[in-house]
Amino acid sequence: MSDYLVQFNNISKFFGKVIALKDVTMKLRKGEIMCLLGDNGAGKSTLIKTLAGVHKPDEGEIIFEGEKIVFDSPKDALDIGIATVYQDLALVPLMSVTRNFFMGREPLKGPPFLKTFDIEKANKIAAERMGQIGIDVRDPSQAVGTMSGGERQCLAISRAIYFGAKVLVLDEPTSALGVHQASVVLKYIVKAASQGLAVILITHNVHHAYPVGNSFTVLNRGKSLGTYEKKDISREKLLSMMAGGEELDKLEVELKEMNRISS
Amino acid sequence: MSTKSKSIKGKTDFNQDERLKKVSNLKILLNRPELGALGGAILVFIFFGIVAGDTGMFSAYGILNFLDVSANLGIIAIAAAMLMIGGEFDLSIGSMIGFAGICIAIPAIYWGWPLWLSIIFAFSMAVLVGYFNGILVVRTGLPSFIVTLAMLFILRGATLALTRLITGRTQVPGLRVLIENDPIAWIFATDSFKWVFTWLGSMNLIALRTDGTPLATGIPPSVIWFIALAILTTWILMKTRYGNWIFASGGDKNGANNVGVPVGRVKISLFIGTAVAATIFATIQVLDAGSADTMRGTLKELEAIAAAVVGGCLLTGGYGSAIGAAFGAIIFGTVSMGIFYTDVDTDWFKVFLGAMMLIAVIFNNYIRRKVTESK
Repeated sequence: MSDYLVQFNNISKFFGKVIALKDVTMKLRKGEIMCLLGDNGAGKSTLIKTLAGVHKPDEGEIIFEGEKIVFDSPKDALDIGIATVYQDLALVPLMSVTRNFFMGREPLKGPPFLKTFDIEKANKIAAERMGQIGIDVRDPSQAVGTMSGGERQCLAISRAIYFGAKVLVLDEPTSALGVHQASVVLKYIVKAASQGLAVILITHNVHHAYPVGNSFTVLNRGKSLGTYEKKDISREKLLSMMAGGEELDKLEVELKEMNRISS
Repeated sequence: MSTKSKSIKGKTDFNQDERLKKVSNLKILLNRPELGALGGAILVFIFFGIVAGDTGMFSAYGILNFLDVSANLGIIAIAAAMLMIGGEFDLSIGSMIGFAGICIAIPAIYWGWPLWLSIIFAFSMAVLVGYFNGILVVRTGLPSFIVTLAMLFILRGATLALTRLITGRTQVPGLRVLIENDPIAWIFATDSFKWVFTWLGSMNLIALRTDGTPLATGIPPSVIWFIALAILTTWILMKTRYGNWIFASGGDKNGANNVGVPVGRVKISLFIGTAVAATIFATIQVLDAGSADTMRGTLKELEAIAAAVVGGCLLTGGYGSAIGAAFGAIIFGTVSMGIFYTDVDTDWFKVFLGAMMLIAVIFNNYIRRKVTESK
């Protein structure tokens, strides 16, 4: 028995003739943050959707807590505890913090057939949860639209954790945020991991990934370029790997060439 | 799998009650979508109180008169508001009113059905029409504006064509005699609280006819339906899971879908709601008039949407209130009747209606910006 919480072994996904993913392998322990790095078109989205149960892998297997599993729908993934927070966050700006927090999973009270949405309980839990991550929700009935981008991201993550996530898949959680907001979100992600969650952090921003990640998987054109422990790889090496280092080198040479000709 | 993970711990210097008290009641009120309509309704009453206070508009008879008009509009406005909060429109409400009317009248008069069966038939047709509207919008992803505009023409045309085909004319009279002793019709045709008015009349507190019976005989059925629907829908929106799903479906249907809200089913049920509300409207009117007219309900869908907008519903969905739409309907109903008691030419009513709606949209837009603005 391995001590991994979840393993994705040799995952491949094809769309007709297009090879979207080929032999991607990722393993995560509890409390670990794995950063999945890759440029646009590297296959990040396809991989996320495979993890979330939207796509079925054509090859390879997913092993969760030592058992092989197959997802038929996103709900299956959610049910065993793999929660995906997409870039759009699935938050409605016009609705209150509480109503967003419990959207689709509202706590009920009252007799059968006359069950009502237990707003008091929901308010209390939502405010408590947001308070725990240091977000000052003065009034849980305030609209999510009044919150900052970072706070919204934290709300979405907090909601996933509350509803039983063991593996958290985060799709570009910092891409739309400023430096300060991004650091708030990253801090929260580290805190979540330190409490025993496994986190897959998908990003194209090495500067956000490197400080928080325990291991790094680089994806390029649908293939994994390998997984590295933090101690085995430098930030610069990661950057050049994911951007296709040789491409940048080539560009540099070409630019030099242009400069030479024009001068 | 919805077990709470208690794994995240952090700041505990958190006191919810203390924070809640900081928000004043006034601010909570200002954040409510129905505020504008409530204020508008109060202004309208003050205005007519001054201009037409001594004309009989505010006699028992006068009040019931404008309440009846408001309530009729309110029944469909509330359903339209629910659908708008759910992110969709229904332009076929008016045509559904005409269609439901002949669905009651033709079977009852020409096919010899008992009236109650005809009424059930009309409501069944409403569920079908609403379901069809809903499934088309959900499945095709087309804007409901277009789908229900098509339904507006189809239903109105079918109403006219079928009625002329079956009866040779466009009106179906003769229903009044069927109401008596019908097990269902009374729900849509009986004035309530008659004893109150009889008592008020006997005390000479309200105007009497020459034969001694009060001029205002009771609360019309439309008003009862209106109040009941306003309470029911407000309860649904504020207090139930389904209500949260309505806001979520209208606010962001993809997001709602991702967290497990059955957006399609919610929207279909709301389309059924507008068609059923149109049928309630039609049943009350048909039984009151004793006849069905193929042109009944023309343009009512726009008045219903206008009332919903004045009531604080955003055209983009996800925000609004049923009680706001009710106030919106009261504003329109009161002005449309009250204008008769003033010296103003009634032609000006539509001008007022349009201006009112314009002001409401500008106001709502401002509110929406305020609500969604980041700190």
